Amino acid sequence: MSIQLTVNKKKMSLDIDPNTPLLWALRDHMSLKGTKFGCGIAQCGACTVWVNGEATRSCVLPISAVANADITTIEGLSDHGDHPVQVAWDELDVPQCGYCQAGQIMTAASLLKKKPNPSKTEIVDGMSGNICRCGTYHRIQEAVKLASEIASKKKTKSTVKKSA
Amino acid sequence: MKSTRRSFIQKTALFSGAFCLGFDWFQANGKEVSMVQTTMESGRFNAFLAIDPSGKIILYSPNPEIGQGIKTAFPVVVAEELDVDWKDVEVRQANLDTQNFERQLTGGSGALKHSWERLRKAGATARKMFIQAAAQTWNVDASTCKTSKGFVLGPKGQKASYGSLVAVASKLPVPTEVTYKNRKDYQIIGKRTKGVDNKNVVTGKPVFGLDIDKPGMLIAQIIRPPFGATLKSFEAADALKMPGIVDVVSFKNKVAIVGKSTWEVMKARGTVSCKYNSGDFESDSTHKKWFDEGMVTDKATVQRKDGDFAAALARSAKVVEATYECPFISHSPMEPMNFFADVRADGTVLLAGPTQVPQSAQKAVASLLKIDEKKVEVELSKMGGGFGRRLNNDYALDAAELSSIIKKPVKVMWTREDDMGGGIYRPAARYHFKAGLDASGNMIAFYLRGVGINAGNSTRQDNFPVGAIENVLVESVNQVSAVTTGPWRAPITNFLGYAEQAFLDEVAEAGGKDPVQMRLDWLARAKSNPVGKITYEPDRFIEVIKQAAEKSNWKKKPGVHQGFSVYFSHLSYVAQVADAQIVDGKAKITHVTAVTDCGEVVNLSGAENQIKGAIIDGMGHAMFAKLRFNDGVASPTNFNGYRLIKGNEIPTINAYFVDNGIEPTGLGEPALPPTGGSIANALYAATKKRLYKQPFEV
Repeated sequence: MSIQLTVNKKKMSLDIDPNTPLLWALRDHMSLKGTKFGCGIAQCGACTVWVNGEATRSCVLPISAVANADITTIEGLSDHGDHPVQVAWDELDVPQCGYCQAGQIMTAASLLKKKPNPSKTEIVDGMSGNICRCGTYHRIQEAVKLASEIASKKKTKSTVKKSA
Repeated sequence: MKSTRRSFIQKTALFSGAFCLGFDWFQANGKEVSMVQTTMESGRFNAFLAIDPSGKIILYSPNPEIGQGIKTAFPVVVAEELDVDWKDVEVRQANLDTQNFERQLTGGSGALKHSWERLRKAGATARKMFIQAAAQTWNVDASTCKTSKGFVLGPKGQKASYGSLVAVASKLPVPTEVTYKNRKDYQIIGKRTKGVDNKNVVTGKPVFGLDIDKPGMLIAQIIRPPFGATLKSFEAADALKMPGIVDVVSFKNKVAIVGKSTWEVMKARGTVSCKYNSGDFESDSTHKKWFDEGMVTDKATVQRKDGDFAAALARSAKVVEATYECPFISHSPMEPMNFFADVRADGTVLLAGPTQVPQSAQKAVASLLKIDEKKVEVELSKMGGGFGRRLNNDYALDAAELSSIIKKPVKVMWTREDDMGGGIYRPAARYHFKAGLDASGNMIAFYLRGVGINAGNSTRQDNFPVGAIENVLVESVNQVSAVTTGPWRAPITNFLGYAEQAFLDEVAEAGGKDPVQMRLDWLARAKSNPVGKITYEPDRFIEVIKQAAEKSNWKKKPGVHQGFSVYFSHLSYVAQVADAQIVDGKAKITHVTAVTDCGEVVNLSGAENQIKGAIIDGMGHAMFAKLRFNDGVASPTNFNGYRLIKGNEIPTINAYFVDNGIEPTGLGEPALPPTGGSIANALYAATKKRLYKQPFEV
């Protein structure tokens, strides 16, 4: 029986084992390799995607549980790689090896949706579930702050444009 | 500065309708650099520097990128001496090419040290040729021309882009002497340059080994035996009936489950049962016994002997003695081991994936399959970390062997449990120190015995404070184990550095000395009148120590308990001061000051990343990590039991670099060895409890 879902705004129909974790459905059956496998037990956060807008660990989530859901992966976070979090990550040169960063970015972008101007503590707490073995934590935290500033400037700009 | 080494050999070739210059900056003749013929039209990328008429510059970066930033740092040096705008540079990863590259590997923090001169010369030679091409075109003296951001500027306001000069430049004789830029004129070196792969990383492009997907590729996972055990039989009838499963085969004590997709393989794997011979395989108790025996055996290898340690100890006014211990730990890169292999019917092999040593993979696979190395092609992928784990190609060999058995292209994938349970760990070690102090508290006798399990020589016998102490005895004992080990970021020194720097803190306290001043006094001695051979430069040591003391406000911060350490490794010097504070009744590391002398800093952004990353790495593993062994099986095998440091557990870190313009030295590792010591000493200052074992019990 096929499973319908929307991935990065595209309607998909998959005819696979319903127990297949979303992570492997994305990587093996939809050729979306940006979401990473780190631990397979929802401990490291490398596999973080959005399910109906919520940051979720995809490595333990069976595809059957996300039937008809709306999935966003790192590839779909923005059309041109210019989401404020992506811009901030590049600007502050966050990545070392880069492997965990898709999960970090999806977590950060979700955090900022809920808290557009997070405090230092909110950033540290919000990001501390994602492991970075290279230890890029300082820059991750700084980049979340920068992303919130970029986003609020963008907002101001578009408001100005509208009013003008 | 002038370079008078052998000249370039120059050729040109056509690349997508554009001329390009091929520079081989890594050819095997010492530091010589030669231009080689580029044969890009046949698809072989051995050109490192290509410039098209639009001025776009393509640089090929040969070394495997593991997160150390080499793919950015190398081109920075070339672009600087070439004098081009960084935004016009495009960097591409080169595949394994043993004809044209040497030292195409990642290990030992040695890449910049090895290639600095080659990179500069490649850039400077090309720059000089563009100047000569322009001077010839304009009919002016070359000495009246200069360059700026990819253009040659003439004496009368003439201006020509490098791109427009390629055709002329490539026909010129190659200069035998080139002049390098003065440091003060650097536009890119020493500044902050963002990682060249950032855009790919933040948009989720498939750049890692795990992302490799080739036509007809199957997926495999491999069940490995307990350490020391032999596979007797396996039962896979159920697995073979499961959807997507292609085969279950056994080789070298392992069982491989091969299928069409990851999940199908994972699921089937759970139904395969393996039987091993019974035996008394290694456990923690075995290792403890080996440590105990190693401490007292009279068969230790003497690694260094200065003066007469025993006599000096006997006449000492005070003796300090301590034992430090570090467990086996896993490398745990975020990307678990994986590798692609296609052993084809025509006798050629394609390997692709994350490895720190692609040439070793090529050699090992050729030897395994009894074929010519030239038939093994290796494509390099970006690596999701490695920390030394990918210096061992066991997983690449498994992929090749499996592909040769099933006669199909296959990607072998490890789970986290495979990765943490599958071996090649940091060796475990125990260190026994003795120090004899005279009546004034000066150390006159120093003894170290390192007992390692599969560690080889677990000491660094020539390292400071050796060279400053009159009577020294350094010995090592290696216990051979079935548990596989290998280099782990800053091999040996990652735990020896902690043990030694923590012990020296005890020595300072026992002698009534300030830990900083004690080291400065020793270095004055090592400088003026060294005892035996020394491998370090005392002045560079002294400078990082002084700067660290100054920048950390050493012992001048009320309510802050500080710990000091300094270590020399990979030809770089790092001094650290850790600050501990009592937070909610518990000692906590709140800040680390690090001063590094790695010579010239090529990329300040990348350099800071390496220092901060190495400190966080060193701290996390000193505080939390430990593998246990029971009957040949390691545990824990995933992050729910094996704790890695997280973002809410890190101190603030200030990273400073000594500005001395010396040729660059290692940076991927050197900040790690002093970390365990600085934090152990700070925690001692806060709690008065010495930390003799990793992971620390605070």
